[in-house]
Amino acid sequence: MQSLLARLLCAAVLSCGTARAAEVSVAVAANFTAPMQKIAAEFERDTGHKAQLAFGATGKFYAQIRNGAPFEVFLSADDTTPAKLEEEGTVVAGSRFTYAIGKLALWSAQPGVVDDKGEVLRRGAFAHLAVANPKTAPYGVAALEVLRKLGVADALAAKLVTGENIAQTHQFVASGNAELGFVALSQVWSDGRLTGGSAWRVPAELHAPLRQDAVILAKGRDKPAARALADYLRGAKAAAIIKSYGYGQ
Amino acid sequence: MMSAADFAAIRLTLELAAVTTAILLVIGTPVAWWLARTRSAWKGAVGAVVALPLVLPPTVIGFYLLVMMGPHGPVGQLTQALGLGLLPFSFAGLVVGSVFYSLPFVVQPLQQAFEAIGERPLEVAATLRAGALDTFFSVVLPLARPGFVTAAVLGFAHTVGEFGVVLMIGGNIPEKTRVVSVQIYDHVEALEYAQAHWLSAGMVAFSFLVLFLLHSRKRGGAR
Repeated sequence: MQSLLARLLCAAVLSCGTARAAEVSVAVAANFTAPMQKIAAEFERDTGHKAQLAFGATGKFYAQIRNGAPFEVFLSADDTTPAKLEEEGTVVAGSRFTYAIGKLALWSAQPGVVDDKGEVLRRGAFAHLAVANPKTAPYGVAALEVLRKLGVADALAAKLVTGENIAQTHQFVASGNAELGFVALSQVWSDGRLTGGSAWRVPAELHAPLRQDAVILAKGRDKPAARALADYLRGAKAAAIIKSYGYGQ
Repeated sequence: MMSAADFAAIRLTLELAAVTTAILLVIGTPVAWWLARTRSAWKGAVGAVVALPLVLPPTVIGFYLLVMMGPHGPVGQLTQALGLGLLPFSFAGLVVGSVFYSLPFVVQPLQQAFEAIGERPLEVAATLRAGALDTFFSVVLPLARPGFVTAAVLGFAHTVGEFGVVLMIGGNIPEKTRVVSVQIYDHVEALEYAQAHWLSAGMVAFSFLVLFLLHSRKRGGAR
């Protein structure tokens, strides 16, 4: 039933797109790197369209899009940035939708460092805690919110190291230079389990929801491939992939 | 206008450049001297290693420094064994990164200056029975002075202009690893274009001034 539905959906996507395969240029929030690579591969197989992916910090993409970057679809790490772009008229009206709800994880590359309640933060027995830059990365904002809610923000302020985006934050922790850090669950989660190290899946009530919105940008207005990708992201196949990385929907 | 954080970044950058330049002059002088005088088969290899930062992207240098200085890397294990902790995310770590990154900018001008001296002054010094150290300080150093000035200025300026390596090993900590270039990047990403302009224009002016002085002095010296 579900596969039939998926097939129908693909057929619908194909029929409303052009017959010829096209390319669509996509700006993707760094936390969504792994799932998007999988989705893009499936998308190409199913529709023939090729998605050119660029990964980075949401704040940087915002600045680039405002300054005429050639992206046609934007997968943000939050919902405020696409809303801002919508207000400024640089997106196709009505194209905004939530493609995933991000989950935050406190993660260490070493097993046994992070307990499943995040008590390690209160003990503070570490030199460096990595977070994404809260000025530009929504996951960084959420991480600081968690620290404030736990009442350890001031105590840990001197131990914070800031990654330029969530990918660099992950790299700081993965290389062991920071003993632990707040990363996107999707970076350390695959097929329903932790890929390595130790982690605390931060409860959603400790921070504002990381609603991740996508938009079709003005440059993608007349591109069928851009529309096709937006539809594909809402399809069953994409949903399964997104879920397997620990995102909510 | 510029904020306190901007001034802190400027102060930190100047400190980093000064410390790096001082260390580079101490390390670079014997290396350059050896490169200038040796007939060893290793000359090519050592010269190539010194020049590596000229061609390697900062991402490669930053990535390897992060891995090598990390808890599982050889440098990281050494610093931990010595009780120094880990170097990334610290001022000392930035100094180590900068020393490597700016190495060719100090060694190469020194090497050229030493080579330009030639054999003759050294032979004369030897016939006057000057010792090796005496020769170095009273003959080589004065003759190679323009080379030292060029090396120091380029080493300093290049460290001020460093970005990729610092971004990758620094962790963006105010007053510890957030140098001007990283501060500018932050401003731009956060759409604080006015502050970004102040600092960026300052960098352009500083760099132009440094290079202008260097080039005017060179022409003066040739006359």
